Amino acid sequence: MKIHNYLMMSMGAALMLVSCGQQNQSSNGALSSSAAEKVYVAPGEQDEYYAFLSGGYSGNLTVYGLPSGRMFKEIPVFSQFPTSGYGYSEETKPMLNTSHGFVPWDDAHHPDISQTNGELDGRWIFINGNNTPRIARVNLSTFETEEIIEVPNSAGNHSSSFITENTEYVVAGTRFSVPIPQRDMPINEYKSNFKGSLSFISVDPEHGHLDLKFQLLMPGFNYDLSHPGRGKSHGWFFFTTYNTEEAHTLQEVNASQNDKDFIAAVNWKKIEEYVNNGGGTKMPANYAHNVYDESTHMATTTMKKEVLTVDPLKVPGAVYFLPTPKSPHGCDVDPSGQYIIGNGKLSADLTVHSFDKMIAAIEGEKFDGEAYGIPILKFEDVLAGQVKSGGLGPLHTEFDGKGNAYTTFFISSEVVKWQLGTWEVIDRKPTYYSVGHLMIPGGNSRKPFGKYVVAMNKITKDRYLPTGPEMEHSAQIYDISGEKMELIYDFPTHGEPHYAAGCPAELLAPKSKKIYRLDENKHPYAVTSPTGSKVVREGNEVHVYMSTIRSHFTPDNIEGIKVGDKVYFHITNHEQDFDVPHGFAMIGQNTSELLIMPGQTKTSVWEPKQVGVWPFYCTDFCSALHQEMQGYVRVSPANSNVELKWSLGE
Amino acid sequence: MKKASILMSLGPLFLLGLYVFPLWKIMLGAPQYPDPLGLNIHINGLKGVNEFDIQNIDGLNHYIGMHTLPKAEDMWEFGTFPTIIGIMVALGVLIGLLGYFNKVSYKWFLGWFFLMSIMGILGMYDFNEWLVDYGTDLDPNAIMKLTNPDGTPMTYKPPLLGHVKMLNFDVTSVPALGAWLMFVGMALTLIAGFLGWKNSKKLKSLA
Repeated sequence: MKIHNYLMMSMGAALMLVSCGQQNQSSNGALSSSAAEKVYVAPGEQDEYYAFLSGGYSGNLTVYGLPSGRMFKEIPVFSQFPTSGYGYSEETKPMLNTSHGFVPWDDAHHPDISQTNGELDGRWIFINGNNTPRIARVNLSTFETEEIIEVPNSAGNHSSSFITENTEYVVAGTRFSVPIPQRDMPINEYKSNFKGSLSFISVDPEHGHLDLKFQLLMPGFNYDLSHPGRGKSHGWFFFTTYNTEEAHTLQEVNASQNDKDFIAAVNWKKIEEYVNNGGGTKMPANYAHNVYDESTHMATTTMKKEVLTVDPLKVPGAVYFLPTPKSPHGCDVDPSGQYIIGNGKLSADLTVHSFDKMIAAIEGEKFDGEAYGIPILKFEDVLAGQVKSGGLGPLHTEFDGKGNAYTTFFISSEVVKWQLGTWEVIDRKPTYYSVGHLMIPGGNSRKPFGKYVVAMNKITKDRYLPTGPEMEHSAQIYDISGEKMELIYDFPTHGEPHYAAGCPAELLAPKSKKIYRLDENKHPYAVTSPTGSKVVREGNEVHVYMSTIRSHFTPDNIEGIKVGDKVYFHITNHEQDFDVPHGFAMIGQNTSELLIMPGQTKTSVWEPKQVGVWPFYCTDFCSALHQEMQGYVRVSPANSNVELKWSLGE
Repeated sequence: MKKASILMSLGPLFLLGLYVFPLWKIMLGAPQYPDPLGLNIHINGLKGVNEFDIQNIDGLNHYIGMHTLPKAEDMWEFGTFPTIIGIMVALGVLIGLLGYFNKVSYKWFLGWFFLMSIMGILGMYDFNEWLVDYGTDLDPNAIMKLTNPDGTPMTYKPPLLGHVKMLNFDVTSVPALGAWLMFVGMALTLIAGFLGWKNSKKLKSLA
C-alpha cells in the first residue's frame, strides 16, 4: 500500500514537471494567440465597450469599440464636417457661433460621460473646446452634438470638461490666465493682474441644458487638469496648476522653476450655497449659447450678456492649495474619493494626497502661508504617499476598481500599474510611443470596469505602414484583468486623442436611436407628405420644400430659378427605416453636401451664378436605384420671366 | 356530459384571442434586414410587426411592381371576419350551455366543430387567393421586371405556410398566437364532442 502511494506521488511530481516545462516552452506562442483571441470580435459579433476618444485638433469626438479598436463613428462637435453637413447646413451653422463670430474649428480634449451617484449613466457625453473656450454636450441616444456653450473670461479651456458625481456641474477651468475683464494692457504686467477663471456650468437634470452658474476668479496661474471629488470628497473639485511663477514669456523655462506647484481644492458646494444666497458679483460678458432642438432639427444661438463671478476670498473655507511637485498635469481621484493624485510631469514620482488628511489639516488650520490670500496647506500634512515609480514624466492615472492605479509616463513611454495604499509598483509595460493619457471604462467614476486600459500615444513612427510625414496617432490596448498587464492590440486613432471615456456597450446600445420619427418632425420647412412639396419665392429668396424616399426627390424638376437668387433646399427624408439616409448635393454649391437621416429635415443654400440646367443628386448609395436619384434645376437670366414651377414624373 | 358541455362552452371563448392577437404572420428577412420586416395579419386588418414595417415592405415592393398592402377598408374580409368569429363564439357557448342542461346532444358539439373547420378552410382559401393576387398582379411599368429561368415573368406570392426564398428575401409564413389559441379552442370542442359521444355510449349501455 505504501509503495503504491510513493509511486503515485512521484508520478504526480513528474507530471507537474512535464506540464510546467510545456507551459514555459510554448509561452510566446500561447500568449500571442491568446492576445489575438482577446481582441478578436468575430464578424457579426459586437464589442464589449464603447470608447469615446477626443479628436484633439480634429475638433470632433470619435467612437471606437473595445477590445477590437474598430472605429464606429466620428461625431462632429466643434468642427465643420462635410460628411454630414454639420456646420454647413443652415440648421447647424449656429452651433459654431461664438462671441468671435463663426469659429468652424476647435481643439477638442477631454470627454466625460454623465454620472448618477458617481456611476456612469450614459445620458450625455461632454467635451471641451480648448482654443475658443467652449463646452459641448453630446446626446448618447442620437450621438449628435446638442449644445455648445462658450466660456467667457477663459483662454485655453483645458482643465475641462469634467463633471461632478451627479452631473450637477460640468466644470471648465482656464489654462491661460488673462486680464478679466479683457483690456488693453502691457503683457509684462501679467503678475498679480491676470486671473484664472474656473467655471461651474450647471446641467439641467432632465434635458441636460447648460447654464454658466458661477465663475471663480483665481490667481493668475495655469489650471491644467481637474477632477471631481467623489464619495466622501463629493462637493470638492481638484485642479492641478503650473506656472505658479506667473511667467508671461518663455514659460518652458520660467514656469518650471518652482519645486512645487499646487493642486487647488475647491469646495464647490460651499460656493454654490454662497451664490444661492445672493453672493457673487455680476460682470458684463458676451458669450454664445447654442442649442440644437431634436424636434425642429435646428440650432439657435443666444448671446448671453452677464456672468456671475466669485472672489474666492469672499467665501472662507472654499479654496485651499495643496503643494504638489513639479508642474503636475493629471489630477485624478480614486474611486473611493480618498486619494487625489498629482502627476508631476517633470518628475519621476507621483504625489498622492489624502482627502481625510486634507480635511484634518484644514480643521487644524495648519497652513504654510498663503497665495493671494488663499491658504496653502503643508505638503507633509496632506501627503498620503509617493509612488517611486522609476518612470519619467507621469501624466495621468486611472483606476481599475480593485485597488490598483495605472499611470502613463510620457517621457519613459510606459504604463505603470501600482497599488493604492502601499504605493508599490506592481507592473510596467512599454507604450509606443510617448503616451499621453489612458482610459479604463468608468476609470473616472466610483465604479470602473477594470478589464482593459487604452493608452493614447503622441508619437507613432514605425508602428504602422508609413504614410508620409503625417501619420495618425497610435493607441494600445492592454488586458488588465490579471496581475500583470498584457499588451493585446495596437491601432491608429483619428486626430489627436488627448483623453477618452468609455462605458459598457449595454449602457448605450439598447437606447441608441434608429430613426427620427417623421410625425414628430417640427422643422418649419419640413414636408411630412410628398404632396406637401412646393417651391415658394420670396423676393430673390426661393424656398424648395423637398422630400426624398427611395429612390427619388419630390420635386425633381424645378424651373423659374434666376441668376442671383438664393435657393434654400429644405430636404426631408421620408424613410422610416434604420440606416437609410439620403444625401443631397447641387453642382457648384459653395458649401458641403447634406446627409439627411430618416425623418430628418436639413437645409442647404445654393446661389446659382450661371444660366443653364443644373443637376443635383443623392450622395448616399441608398438603394438599387440610387444612380437614378437625381433632378434638374433650370436657371434663367436674372431678368427673365420664366414661370416658377416644379414637378415629379411629368 | 356536464364535463363535455363545460369544455364546449369554454372552447369557443379561445377564439376571442383573435380580436387581440394576429392570426397569421409573414416575416421577411434579408442580409440587409438582420431584424426582419414582418407583417401581422389580424382578422380586422394588417399591422407591421414593428411600427414602420408596412411602409418599408411597400417601399421595397414598389421596385418589383407589387401593389401596396391593403388597408382595412380595402378588403371586405377585414369587415366580415370579426362578425363571423363573434357569431361562432356566441353559437359555440350557447351550444355548450344547452348541452349542460341536456337540451342538445354532443352531435351539436361536433356540428359546431365541423362548421368552424369549414369556415377556417374557406378563410384559408380566400387568404391564399389574396396572396396569389398580391404576388402576381404586378405593375407593367415596374422598375425591375424579373423572369424565371424558363422566361416566364417572376411572381412573388408569399407562401401560405412555410418558407420560400424570394430574390434576396427569406419569406416565412406561420400561424400566429391568435391562430394557435383558435386551434386550442377548436380542439377543446372536439374533445367535448368525443367525451359527449363516450358518455352517450355509457348511457346506452346502462340503459
